[in-house]
Amino acid sequence: MKQFGRTILLVLALLAIWQALYLTVGETALASPLITAAKLAQLFRTPSFWGHVAETGYAFSYALALSLLGGIGIGVLLGVNRTSGLVAEPILIALYSIPKVTLYPLVLLCFGLGVSAKVTFGVMHGLIPIAIFTMNAIRQMKPVYLRTSKVLRLTPVQTAATVVLPAILPEVMSGTRLGFSLTLLGVLIGEMFASRRGLGFLITNAIGLGDIATIMAVAVLLAVFAVAANAALLACYRALHR
Amino acid sequence: MSGTKEPTGPMTFEGRIRLGVIVGFIALIETLCRLNTIPATVMIAPSEMAGALAAILASGQYNGDIASSTGNVAAAAAISVVLGFVAGFVIHAWPALRGAVEPLLASYYAIPTFMFYPVFIIVFGVGNRAIIAIAVLLAVVAMITATLNGLDRIPQVLHKTARMYRMSRPNRALLIDLPAAAPYLFTGVKLSVAYAFIGVIASEFILSGSGLGYAIAYAYNNFQNREMYALMLLILVMVSVVNGALDVVDKRLQARQRR
Repeated sequence: MKQFGRTILLVLALLAIWQALYLTVGETALASPLITAAKLAQLFRTPSFWGHVAETGYAFSYALALSLLGGIGIGVLLGVNRTSGLVAEPILIALYSIPKVTLYPLVLLCFGLGVSAKVTFGVMHGLIPIAIFTMNAIRQMKPVYLRTSKVLRLTPVQTAATVVLPAILPEVMSGTRLGFSLTLLGVLIGEMFASRRGLGFLITNAIGLGDIATIMAVAVLLAVFAVAANAALLACYRALHR
Repeated sequence: MSGTKEPTGPMTFEGRIRLGVIVGFIALIETLCRLNTIPATVMIAPSEMAGALAAILASGQYNGDIASSTGNVAAAAAISVVLGFVAGFVIHAWPALRGAVEPLLASYYAIPTFMFYPVFIIVFGVGNRAIIAIAVLLAVVAMITATLNGLDRIPQVLHKTARMYRMSRPNRALLIDLPAAAPYLFTGVKLSVAYAFIGVIASEFILSGSGLGYAIAYAYNNFQNREMYALMLLILVMVSVVNGALDVVDKRLQARQRR
């Protein structure tokens, strides 16, 4: 409950800072919280806006599913085999820290304009952190777990399902939290650069028109969604970690 | 990110395999390009990329873009490190604030900072300052998180020692906190540089009219595949070299911590 009160206070503080900024830089640069709220309410009543939301949601869920499957799969494989993990880790970290926007032309040339390019871009951002977290989780798993599964003569599939997965779940959740954020970022950047639909396109369009209210409205919507999803995942993590 | 110890020495067993994997991958792409399985309109062969890169470096036509991008990255990274450290220090000293801010910090990276570009354009004007501001917005949070992490891990005994010596708050910060947290702070510096690169290149790519990111977008829009791949290679090499160098220092600091 105390935490809840703090969050309310923080939101109020952020709104106050926002309002103060608005008063300093003027209304050509920034929309006030009130104007943004009004704009958001107006967007909510526009059917075409929900079309953009649905488009982004579709691409995002697709990309997130692929990031999770691929990231956990790759992470498990690299975590189980020590040598391949040591070989791959620096490569993964290097891939993680390159500016992936640079590779966007390549993605477009391979996949063309459309949903698949956006999904690919989301996966490029989200898959690697999930893989790194999963790999490290398996490496740091207590050896006695695997010995027990050997003693019980579990098949590899049984070992994976009943021993390894439950043991690494908390770390995988941490990776998923990061992967979730980055996949969303990837999909949105993809939409900003080369798309005719989705929230990213809405933003680029608003940037072109100098429509600050729409930019702030979409930003608030995305921020609320991202923070809420993150808080939910964090709650799951805490429940698992007890 | 990992707790494993890297063995020192000229080249480890894993290092050699890694080199083999990378060389093999490049050779595979090279072969596929040469056999036209990957058409030249999609991707040019790695050897041609290197050739094109050498050509544009020799001609110097992109020197201005290279200088402006690296300058922006350096400025953004420096500002983020200082700002992030100060902010992290304040947040750490104030637990109530920290409890409220932490969930926000964790989901911060889901918000595409680039969308605030018009705001920055009006505040800072068109040009490098707006790009630097966006990169700072992206990089500063990594430094804040690293600072919090570093301050958390200072052994309790050091604080007790400081109290025994009756150190003043600034003295304690300078003589105890800073050196004890240094390895974690350096991890923050490393991440800030990586994010500054991402922020600067991405802003230039999507929104600006100068710099390496813009040069790639321009080449893409004009179907100049040779220039585009040469510039992409240049950025990848630059980022890998810088990150690799910082990584070596980071590993040394971490290893010293464990002694």
